[in-house]
Amino acid sequence: MATEPLTAHRPAPHDPHATATGVTNNKLAMWLFLSSDCLFFGAFISAYLLYRGRSQEGPFPEDVYNIPFTSATSFILLMSSLTMVLALAAIQRGDYRRLRVWLLATALFGATFIGGQVFEFTEFYREGLKLDTNLFGSTFFVLTGLHGAHVTAGIIWLLSLWGLATQERLTSADSEKIEVAGLYWHFVDVVWIVIFTVVYLIPR
Amino acid sequence: MTTVSGALTRPRAGVGLLRRPKATTGFWSWFTTIDHKKIGLMYGVTAMAFFVIGGVEALLLRLQLATPNGTLLTASQYNQLFTMHGTTMVFLMGMPLSVAFGNYLIPLQIGARDVAFPRLNAFGYWGFLFGGIFLYSSFFLGGAPDGGWFGYTPLTSTPLSDGFLPGRGPDFWAIGLLILGIASTTTAINFIVTVVNMRAPGMTFMRMPVFTWMMTVVAFLTLFAMPIITAALIMVYFDRNWGTNFFVAANGGDPLLYQHLFWLFGHPEVYILILPGMGIVSEVLPVFSRKPLFGYPVVVFSGIAIGFLGWGVWAHHMFATGLGPVAISAFALSTMLIGVPTGVKIFNWLGTVWRGSVRLTTPMLFALGFIAMFTIGGLSGVLHSVVPADTQQTDTYFVVAHFHYVLFGGLVFGIFAGLYYWYPKVTGRFMSEGLGKLNFWTMLIGFNLTFFPMHVLGLYGMPRRTYRYDEGLGWDFLNQLETVGSFVIAFSMLLLIVNLIASRSNGKPAGTDPWDGRTLEWSIPSPPPEYNFAEIPEVEARDDFWHRKYTEDDEGRLVRLPSGGAVATTDRDAGDGGAAEHGDGEGHGIHMPSPSYFPFVLALGLPILGYGAVFKNFWFVPFGAIVVLFGMYAWAIEPATEEGSH
Repeated sequence: MATEPLTAHRPAPHDPHATATGVTNNKLAMWLFLSSDCLFFGAFISAYLLYRGRSQEGPFPEDVYNIPFTSATSFILLMSSLTMVLALAAIQRGDYRRLRVWLLATALFGATFIGGQVFEFTEFYREGLKLDTNLFGSTFFVLTGLHGAHVTAGIIWLLSLWGLATQERLTSADSEKIEVAGLYWHFVDVVWIVIFTVVYLIPR
Repeated sequence: MTTVSGALTRPRAGVGLLRRPKATTGFWSWFTTIDHKKIGLMYGVTAMAFFVIGGVEALLLRLQLATPNGTLLTASQYNQLFTMHGTTMVFLMGMPLSVAFGNYLIPLQIGARDVAFPRLNAFGYWGFLFGGIFLYSSFFLGGAPDGGWFGYTPLTSTPLSDGFLPGRGPDFWAIGLLILGIASTTTAINFIVTVVNMRAPGMTFMRMPVFTWMMTVVAFLTLFAMPIITAALIMVYFDRNWGTNFFVAANGGDPLLYQHLFWLFGHPEVYILILPGMGIVSEVLPVFSRKPLFGYPVVVFSGIAIGFLGWGVWAHHMFATGLGPVAISAFALSTMLIGVPTGVKIFNWLGTVWRGSVRLTTPMLFALGFIAMFTIGGLSGVLHSVVPADTQQTDTYFVVAHFHYVLFGGLVFGIFAGLYYWYPKVTGRFMSEGLGKLNFWTMLIGFNLTFFPMHVLGLYGMPRRTYRYDEGLGWDFLNQLETVGSFVIAFSMLLLIVNLIASRSNGKPAGTDPWDGRTLEWSIPSPPPEYNFAEIPEVEARDDFWHRKYTEDDEGRLVRLPSGGAVATTDRDAGDGGAAEHGDGEGHGIHMPSPSYFPFVLALGLPILGYGAVFKNFWFVPFGAIVVLFGMYAWAIEPATEEGSH
């Protein structure tokens, strides 16, 4: 069997940024990480759903939830996705002043959400809901707490990027760094939409 | 996230928190290396060390069981040893040994100079090493894990104060596996990105060597299975230490949830362990039969099918828990179904060997041994889909026999085939064939002597995980036989280790292409240079390297091309006869990523946080967090390739 003729010539192999698919390594890696993280949250959300309504003593969800308050902080978190998009658009345009503004705004919105969560946890605790009170306490605190940890990591990441931006060490060529951080940030937002719907809104 | 912050900033030449390490040789270079081949070797050596440790644990178990009412071990020691034996063989031997091959070979087989994220690769190794040390440190810190490698709740999740499992074993187990999970997830991401993005021109997916294909499936399984057990481990840890009720039946929790989560991880894990073995065998058989793999696309798609179906069979580990007839029937069917792609592969391998010019070298013997032993294990596995039979066999030695036939007779035989096959590529020297054949035959005999009687004992009703049994049950002789067999295995392992070490200096020089290979790794010098390929190859066919060496005449007979496959050439046109001289002088001007301290530093932070979690000692937490953050930021700030380095 003779060797087949070479059918397709790819870009010159010495271009260090060329990849076989055209998707950059960093972006692909982030997508893979997020797909893995889906199953992580999936396990905790499943546990929450499985145990819904099986707590034997109160406080029960309807005793502690403050839906208007959580709706407000959720809205703020969702708005942070908008500012994240604006930050990416800004760096792609080369508008570094707005990049800094939107990065900081995103981090601050995230921090506001976390502040709201801390407040909420404290309120629940004062009303007698603790980790060990009942199944609701266990599943709720661990699920939302781990989500909060993800948001916190995102805030630290955004602030680090903001720090680089203020030192003018991010240029349009680095827009992928913002994009990848954005992927993570949007993912954390989407997870919250699911959690907010499943945990807070669906009537039991 | 570290994945991405990897290149957070632009290089600022020479500025870093520590001075950039430069050395690529010498003792300290092993701590900073990011060369996928060195990391592969480190994985291999470390995993072999854990193999020996896990093997010694098994020998102790067998000594205890050699006679009725054995007195060598106490019940608690026995529990610790069988738990650590299982945990070690799965997480510290099986997975990392496969990763060792993957690390070394994937870039070579797809024509790449390194993996996609070299520093992340190093982090994966250090995370594995520190996770393993962390787990084993439990022996000195109040007792090793003793709840089984599966760690069923509520036994493992009941708080320490309730005294079910004294000591902090289950905490070490939960946190240790969590650390190992982080490490293997990063490795999985790295492998997938490498395979998807770093293939040489012309290396389409359907031209990829089967080993690389199977490692890709394994990486996807790891990526999706690890987060599930991570969640389960976090629940166990919280139940045990912070009073949550996930698995507390008295408060409405459901211990079965744990089994579902664990086996939803655990069954894909079985395929994580066996698919690399299948991949290695699919490389070895064609080479020593001098035929292409029979039905390459079918082998690849069977591997992918196993990857998918592997997610739908987990409850066959739980047939005895009372899931109800509908669930049980569904999982029985899916379990029968997954036997199909597995069986297809066996026929493909047989078809490959059939009428080939077979050379019975040691790697070939192990590969053939793999097929035979794995088939026995596969058959006893299909038996488990017959629910009434499975209910009878649950928690007996029949199950122990089954999974040792697939994981030892399967994975380990495959791994040994790979060791003998690629050793000449890695070291430039053959392993001794004489010792190798002795190694194979003693292993085959010892293995069957140890594990075949377990089928019988299981059918006689001997339960697993019990530290002694009464005399007069008719189990004495077979147990004695198994213990003898386990020492034959130990002797055989000793032969292997002697062979591995001695052949490094005494082995016959192998040259570039000692086996008349088919895949790209045989086209470069042995051992491969740091940059692998002086020139990135252009691939024109499946088994490209073979086609550069051979063509067929009019009657379909193989004809060697004039100077095809000339040794030590990396030239894409080896068949032209112009085998260019690519000595060590080549490779200057190829920019390879620079060594780095920070994967080591970052990974070092994990066990520190782990000890904080196990002992609920918050002094560890800020310290560990500082190490982790320092590692992350320093990693992010340093450029992947230092300017001015080679």
